[in-house]
Amino acid sequence: MRTLELTRSESKPETQTMSGAQAVVQALIDEGTELMFGYPGGAIMPVYDALYDVEDKLEHVLTRHEQGAVHAAQGYARATGKVGVCLATSGPGATNLITGIADAQIDSTPLVCITGQVHSHLLGTDAFQETDVIGISMPVTKWNYQVTRAEEIPEAIAKAFYIARSGKPGPVLVDITKDAQFEQLDYAYKPFGGMRSYQPVSALNSKAIEQAAELINSAKKPFVLFGQGIILSGAEQEFKTFIEKAGLPAAWTIMGLSALESDHYLNVGMLGMHGNYGPNKLTNECDVLIAVGMRFDDRVTGDLSRYAKQAKVVHLEIDPAEINKNVHADVPVLGDAKASLKALTELVEPKSNEEWLACFRALEREEREAVINEELNPSSPIMTMGEVIDEINTASKGDAIVVTDVGQHQMVACRYAKFNESKSMITSGGLGTMGFCLPAAIGAKMGCPEKEVVAVIGDGGFQMTIQELGTIFQAKTAVKIVVLNNEFLGMVRQWQELFFDKRYASTTMVNPDFQTIVKGYGIRTRKVEVREDLAEAVAEMMMYEGSYFLEVLVGKENNVFPMVPTGASVSEIRLK
Amino acid sequence: MKKRYTISVFTEDNVGLLNRVTIIFTRRKINIESIAASDSEVKNVHRYTIVITETEDLVKKVVLQLEKQVEVIKAFYHEDDAIVYQEIALYKVPTDILVAGKEAEKIVRSHYARVLSVEADFTVIEKTGHKEETQALFNDLEPYGILEFVRSGRIAISKPMKTLTSIVEELENEINN
Repeated sequence: MRTLELTRSESKPETQTMSGAQAVVQALIDEGTELMFGYPGGAIMPVYDALYDVEDKLEHVLTRHEQGAVHAAQGYARATGKVGVCLATSGPGATNLITGIADAQIDSTPLVCITGQVHSHLLGTDAFQETDVIGISMPVTKWNYQVTRAEEIPEAIAKAFYIARSGKPGPVLVDITKDAQFEQLDYAYKPFGGMRSYQPVSALNSKAIEQAAELINSAKKPFVLFGQGIILSGAEQEFKTFIEKAGLPAAWTIMGLSALESDHYLNVGMLGMHGNYGPNKLTNECDVLIAVGMRFDDRVTGDLSRYAKQAKVVHLEIDPAEINKNVHADVPVLGDAKASLKALTELVEPKSNEEWLACFRALEREEREAVINEELNPSSPIMTMGEVIDEINTASKGDAIVVTDVGQHQMVACRYAKFNESKSMITSGGLGTMGFCLPAAIGAKMGCPEKEVVAVIGDGGFQMTIQELGTIFQAKTAVKIVVLNNEFLGMVRQWQELFFDKRYASTTMVNPDFQTIVKGYGIRTRKVEVREDLAEAVAEMMMYEGSYFLEVLVGKENNVFPMVPTGASVSEIRLK
Repeated sequence: MKKRYTISVFTEDNVGLLNRVTIIFTRRKINIESIAASDSEVKNVHRYTIVITETEDLVKKVVLQLEKQVEVIKAFYHEDDAIVYQEIALYKVPTDILVAGKEAEKIVRSHYARVLSVEADFTVIEKTGHKEETQALFNDLEPYGILEFVRSGRIAISKPMKTLTSIVEELENEINN
């Protein structure tokens, strides 16, 4: 994904004298930034002062916490495919970004984070609000850099954007000392032209493509696993053409969800711990496993020593460090998914694999009878998370962006939410960051104002970043918030029930009256306690113009099934 | 099976890169047995020589994760027989022991060590070689009293390798195209 765009700055080679802070803002504009999230403080004040002059070109959204700013930037990036930008001050401002940066690193989200830093002559002296953010952020950034002179700013910002969005995207952090923000420089913007130590994408390896095609063509039971790589490389169409031509059943990781529409006839569902029955079981029966833009996370593979051992593995991947990291690839195909899939499609033979597809459908029926029917149409009056998601499907017709937090509701949302378009599911996959949802939904809505954005959150995670209701209030963001309240930290409770003898240590939540709190922020609210009100309430929420808060009281001790217990093989997936 | 591997990491010459390189090992709780940093024959290319004892499978993964770092140009790993390597050790001993009898002098000679500096109260001996060799001298001198001892990290040059210059040229051409 070598997307170094030649930006507007090409047309104005002349230099302008300005302060470092103004150069930061100008460089952001020159890189195409229209919207950013942040929180001011002492060491970043000159940049905020410069922002004051360009409010018409570069909108800044004030969040209520720096963690909110970074998650909002992630939500924005994930929904739009653009680079998310956030701004924070030194010390606590910078450290508050770290969770979001780590989340973006593991989920390959392009972010540029800019932090203020104390004066350069104070570095290392334990000055007020000084923290070594370069040291702290090093393990969780794709790249970071400290600017101590104003003249470094144009190149540092250009390089930051280039690194964040190229190859396998990721978060970068640029730390700028306060004196560099005040200092004058001659500004001329130049897009970053690349560096010898960083080759974002490997050239297409036609030999590997041929070997992959040969394996796929000889397969009786080929099976495709796809991840976010499809979305990041914009290869949705190429992917669909590929699986349709070769008749390949395709299952997704939660990061790949929505890359292929939910009702596509080759979409066989979700992989992993709480994924669908068929794709997990049949992973250990396929003869050729084709992984596209995914990294064999342990939540997807279960016990690696009993994972797809019978299959030949083809791995299409942009990052050389992912090849053979967890699962041995018989044919590694390095490169960008879009280019690789295009080349591979030309070489695969048309097939339908009807019998093999029927195996998936048979297991789907089993799962439907054992789990899905009861989750979506419960026989008990106690409401399930699944039926709430299903009502959202009905109201959105699959056109909404769904953002989730982490836990039971996340797994249920991933399992049951329906999507027509790519980039419609935004969830914290690798890091599992509770508190991610509310701010990420704000960023997603601001990035895609024409779409409905539904934030599905548990009562636990909601309270981790509940302060961002203030951002919604101030910025008038029309986010639809659905809190699935079971008065428990549900996923941990489920594990306690199954693996810790129901010893519910610190998982019961005594919650405040969310209705009262949310009303205080001027957001329309509604609470659903009985099933009879659910469909109408969801419909009202989706029709409502502004932000809306819907709280649904769901079963306190419901569990998410199927489940691959930790340490088990994917084929040992339990239906109950 | 765990074996001793020497990893050579070639990087841009930037502040903070040593940290970026070592955290890849820290993260997997791999003990770095020795590390040496220096220039290379190519201008502005820095090199680190790192010795660890791990399985080859793990070493391969670590090397790829090193190369994944934006400012790392290239990383290689080698077993001991594929490299020419050396370490240097300095030993500070009381000058008395060399004056008092012939024994200590004999030890220095038999190890082909050099005397770098002689002061009234102490003498500094230097020995270059593999760790086993510098350790052997340490063991022999120890009964006479070693006042101070230091050993450098291993530095190594690989036997089979494309020249760094040609690797850097290839990478630079790729950007320009």
